[in-house]
Amino acid sequence: MRRLSISSMVVTATATALCVAPKTWSQSAQDDWTPPRTPWGDPDLQGIYNYATVTPLERPVELGEQVVFDEEEAAVLEEEMAYAMDQDRRDGGNEADVARNYNNLWTDTSRTQLTEDNRTSLIVDPPNGRLPPRVEHPMTPERAAAAREAELSLKRFTLGFHESYHDADVGNRCIIRRRNEGGGHPYLPALYANTAQIFQSPGYVVIYAEMIHNARIISVDGRPPLPDSVETWLGSPRGRWEGDTLVIETTNFLKADDIGRTGVVYRNADPETFRIVERFRRTGPETLEYEVTMSDPNTWTQPFTIRVPWNETDGQIYEYQCQEWNYDLYFWLSGAREREARGEVFDPDAELD
Amino acid sequence: MRMRLAGVTIGLGVTALVAAGSLAAQTPIPGEFPDYSPPRTADGHPDLNGIWQAMTTANWDIEAHGAGPGPYPEILGAWGAQPPGLSIVVGGTIPYQPWALEKRRENFERRTEISVPGDGVDPPLGDPELKCWMPGVPRTMYMPYPFQLVQTPEFVLLAHEFNGTARIVRMNWEEESPVDDTFFMGWSRGRWDGDTLVIDVTGLNEDNRFDRAGNFYSASVHIVERLTLVSPYHLMYEATIEDPNVYTHPWTIRFPLYRRMEQHAQVMEFKCQPYVEEMLYGQFTKPGAD
Repeated sequence: MRRLSISSMVVTATATALCVAPKTWSQSAQDDWTPPRTPWGDPDLQGIYNYATVTPLERPVELGEQVVFDEEEAAVLEEEMAYAMDQDRRDGGNEADVARNYNNLWTDTSRTQLTEDNRTSLIVDPPNGRLPPRVEHPMTPERAAAAREAELSLKRFTLGFHESYHDADVGNRCIIRRRNEGGGHPYLPALYANTAQIFQSPGYVVIYAEMIHNARIISVDGRPPLPDSVETWLGSPRGRWEGDTLVIETTNFLKADDIGRTGVVYRNADPETFRIVERFRRTGPETLEYEVTMSDPNTWTQPFTIRVPWNETDGQIYEYQCQEWNYDLYFWLSGAREREARGEVFDPDAELD
Repeated sequence: MRMRLAGVTIGLGVTALVAAGSLAAQTPIPGEFPDYSPPRTADGHPDLNGIWQAMTTANWDIEAHGAGPGPYPEILGAWGAQPPGLSIVVGGTIPYQPWALEKRRENFERRTEISVPGDGVDPPLGDPELKCWMPGVPRTMYMPYPFQLVQTPEFVLLAHEFNGTARIVRMNWEEESPVDDTFFMGWSRGRWDGDTLVIDVTGLNEDNRFDRAGNFYSASVHIVERLTLVSPYHLMYEATIEDPNVYTHPWTIRFPLYRRMEQHAQVMEFKCQPYVEEMLYGQFTKPGAD
């Protein structure tokens, strides 16, 4: 097995390195290897990658300061995850089977594996491996109204009483993948389609994420950002090389207030003040390290950094059709109108699970 | 896995071109442009990298067409009017079988009648572009939006502005399309024929259209595209369309792509999906809700 190749000594050393200098832990293992360059001299990041892992975004609270799992913990956890991920195990009766309709055909089996260094969280900073606390804003009538509307929208969505397509989120609407689950920047593991292909030409790096077919064209030629008046769902990326690392800063996010309850940037932060800086670095012939630092003084009390390994895959990127065959919106909306016609009534005070 | 195209596959492409006879013009036609020796990538092939855009009105009608009012002139006025343009079809017209000519007329007349996925209307109604669907091959090449070509030895990526659609061209790829009648953008496999990038496209679905005029193909279509640099700023595009279920013989479209030369030209984000939701789903909105 993969993790058995890492001696406990190396794991210990890794853990120490993580605590002391989180940004350099993986360099030591590859000392005798030179990262490839493109014919025009840029670091070569190209390949088809899968960035799925079972390593949780946040470290479970009970693990405290434990940065990595030991071998035994890792083995147990991967085994448990493999069981939990098995949607075709048929051990829960009909209702459970229906609830597992995103079955093994969909699920990405890479999600049963921890990061190679057996980390306890994808978040490497702050050191507790957890998202920083949210900024608490004084409650104003406007904020209260917005929060209530978001709550009602979620209830309508969850209970099947969609008033309009705005009650579906940006992913359901096939606009962009939900920011909270990755599949775009930040690239974080999700249930399926954790695959991206990187292409390079002089002055450009393109990251093509399969889901909702997003070819993210990153200019790496020093051009200025777009003017503030240009707002976009996915932001406008600008890259630069720092040694062997591609650094991407993305700006120009949509600020409109009618984009729905899930927003356009990570965890519905404030697009006006949200900042995202991503770093890609090749760590081996078949691996990249992806590190993303996000901050927003209106949302979090401090910046935080997430690190996700990208592993080259034998898989391919296939055409991802979304709105073309999106049955959800029709069924949700026409279904809700049908229920109303039959006299069913949405309960705004219903408790969600 | 990545091998030269099997002889069988090359044979098919060649057959299509030969069958098209004189319609399958060479790209470029000798004497059409001054001799040009293109810059090359490290692996010795012409460097097609860049941002390109067609300057035709073929997205309205790939055959010759005069100006027209377009849909909803009472609202859109000159904004929505159809600009006139010449045919991009070599020889002028598409060699439809008689029934297919009738279907094109129906497609045109019903182009703004839309169905939505899941409503049971099969085949779906309305021009796919109107609904913000992926525009299909070859339409994506002459939509009035730029695309960026990213060329590597193993893959060529065509990243289009409209609907963020992208197409991966697998170079020298043996594997046939894993599915039939499925892809909007096709299963695209490339090879170099001298200085011409040749792309063999299969696996296309029958919901694609060529234009707003209702021109169409069926799922049995096979398309062979040829891209040739003819100057630092012009990339000749040619595609031979073969579909024995719809046409009497293979036929070819042909037009130049122009390099976008503005400083910092870039493919912008054009996610059209939010702009079609009211058209598609407004009919199901709860009365009084926004």
